[in-house]
Amino acid sequence: MSDAGRESVFAAVRQALGRRGPETEPEVVTRRLEQPQPNTVPVRGQLQQPELTELFVAMAGQAQATLVRLKDREAIPAAAADFCRDHGLPPAVVLAPASPLNECDWAAAGVSAERRLVQSGDPVAMATAAAGIAETGTLAMLSGPENPVTANFLPDNHLVVIESRDLVGTPEDLWATLRERGVPLPRTVNWVTGPSRSGDIEMTMLMGAHGPVRLHILLIDDSSPG
Amino acid sequence: MTLETSSKRFPEQVRVARADVNLQQALGKLKLGLSAMRSAAVVRLPEFDRLRDEAAAIRDHTLNNLDHYLLRFEAAVKERGGHVHFAPDAAAANAIILDICRAANARKVTKGKSMVTEEIELNEHLAAHGITCLETDLGEYIVQLRNERPSHIVAPAIHVVKAQVAEAFAAHHGAAPPGGREEASALMAEARTVIRRHFLEADVGITGANFAIAETGTTVIVTNEGNGDLTQSLPKVHIAVTGIEKIVPTLEDASTLIRLLSRSATGQEASVYNTFSTGPRRPEDPDGPEAFHVVLVDNGRSRMLGTEFQDMLRCIRCGACLNHCPVYGQVGGQAYGSVYPGPMGAVLTPSLAGIDEAGHLPNASTFCGACEAVCPVRIPLPKMMRHWRERQFDAGLAPRAQRIGIALWAFAARRPRLYRLLSGTGARLLKLLGGRRGYLSRLPLGRGWTAWRDLPAPAGETFHAAWRRRRGED
Repeated sequence: MSDAGRESVFAAVRQALGRRGPETEPEVVTRRLEQPQPNTVPVRGQLQQPELTELFVAMAGQAQATLVRLKDREAIPAAAADFCRDHGLPPAVVLAPASPLNECDWAAAGVSAERRLVQSGDPVAMATAAAGIAETGTLAMLSGPENPVTANFLPDNHLVVIESRDLVGTPEDLWATLRERGVPLPRTVNWVTGPSRSGDIEMTMLMGAHGPVRLHILLIDDSSPG
Repeated sequence: MTLETSSKRFPEQVRVARADVNLQQALGKLKLGLSAMRSAAVVRLPEFDRLRDEAAAIRDHTLNNLDHYLLRFEAAVKERGGHVHFAPDAAAANAIILDICRAANARKVTKGKSMVTEEIELNEHLAAHGITCLETDLGEYIVQLRNERPSHIVAPAIHVVKAQVAEAFAAHHGAAPPGGREEASALMAEARTVIRRHFLEADVGITGANFAIAETGTTVIVTNEGNGDLTQSLPKVHIAVTGIEKIVPTLEDASTLIRLLSRSATGQEASVYNTFSTGPRRPEDPDGPEAFHVVLVDNGRSRMLGTEFQDMLRCIRCGACLNHCPVYGQVGGQAYGSVYPGPMGAVLTPSLAGIDEAGHLPNASTFCGACEAVCPVRIPLPKMMRHWRERQFDAGLAPRAQRIGIALWAFAARRPRLYRLLSGTGARLLKLLGGRRGYLSRLPLGRGWTAWRDLPAPAGETFHAAWRRRRGED
């Protein structure tokens, strides 16, 4: 049935467009798909460091994410411990078994780090962002063993580590970077801008609709005084 | 027909809506909320108007090459291990989705917000075959519990007040949770707990797709709640259902449209979750769906291609035209009797359901032009409503009183002397009736106006007469 459906849809579309039948793909379509070009890119995001970092920090804050700047990766466990303490949570986080954050010394900071997939109801889960988009204060999460997609949505508190050198200005920069690295798109690319929210009850915007109630960004910034 | 509506009952439904105190209270917030937030976001992005031009051009280019881009999208999805299904109409789409659910032995299905699945009435179809389909967007969930249809394409439960949400939860969830049902935050927390259980139990997750990217075979969803992501990431099967017109060429093109979508819809710099899904989970992935299906629905869209209604297919469903429409702002979405209300619905509903079904809708406009002025892809909505009025008149579907009225006017307008005599007499008579107050409270054949407000009386002289007098003075 779906094959007949397919034929019927293509026949209708071709007839509406005045085609005589299947036609060769025009050059303009081929070129557009094989050499993708950016459209107008807003000036706001066309920045270099250190302005790039400052814009990212400001925009993430506008989107109700919280953010802490760290001098190096060694400061990650203590920052996670601070977050838990500030929110009255036991010092415990969940990490993907393949997460690069496993290298951190969690015990020294008094944090229990469980290596497993995130389950519904886990208070705190940690992840690493492949990139951050300064224009909107957005984290770009790539799914895979290091960052299982469900970890972005199941925990109540989502702690995400991002390095300032992985910040880009705009989505267009992100796509260009991924193409340069030669990596095909993973199953899921999640752009995350602030914590989950809904305004569906009387247009009152409230945090924590279905995804994390809090999004806390740990920004590793070499230039930061720590 | 391809779209079920109750649009024929528009006038009665308007009367109900105007008398609904809760609805009027809810609609009052629309202007202060979404419209104001959009304006502020536009000011913060100086390139906004140039992006609108480019967005319209992207959509035009894609529609004019839709056959080629559909083929490329299909090939790219297949290359990454996904499946693409083409559905000529609602029945075909429902049958395809039911087959996929049955093959997965599905009993329970969760659904992210999707206007196309509202259009094809998927929930009802699956329910008739023993499969429970649960809405997970908070607004859609409230509307589903109340056994209603959404009243806004972005904010489905905008017509519902807090107390009604509490009532619906009491009826379906039983005793109130410890947080009670007074506060919006408590209601949202209750819904979060109930719906989370459904996410974990679902066998299949169904989402829409705001865009389908031909370059990579990727579907995109844009949400604030994260419900679409839990819908599509936890079950073993993900089905994305969308219209054939939602194809965009590249990731860059999608990025341009996303910039406009979030700002136009809610005034956000970015929606919280923009999710790009390409194929099923990879062998090394620890989670994600094992199967990925895309169902591309025609259901009347190809009939609009190549016609004066093609521009409507540019629509990215942001809802800005609803938020700025004075008619929508008075009557809300349900009066329209279609899942597509407001100005975009006044053009799209007759296109999908037929002008004989939805003839009232393109007439429910003041032609103020606010919808076109805010449209991120510059759809000439008033012009297309006018096309529908013309077609309606040509098909002899306009009401008898209207046809007679227009015929009489045309008779006079073609006879300048008669016209001047009639309009001159009319202007003098109405001025006289207006008296010293200058307003008419009653008028034969004009009760539709004077029942609600007084009519300012004319100055007693026609424009023609005033013009001649002035030229004489020069």
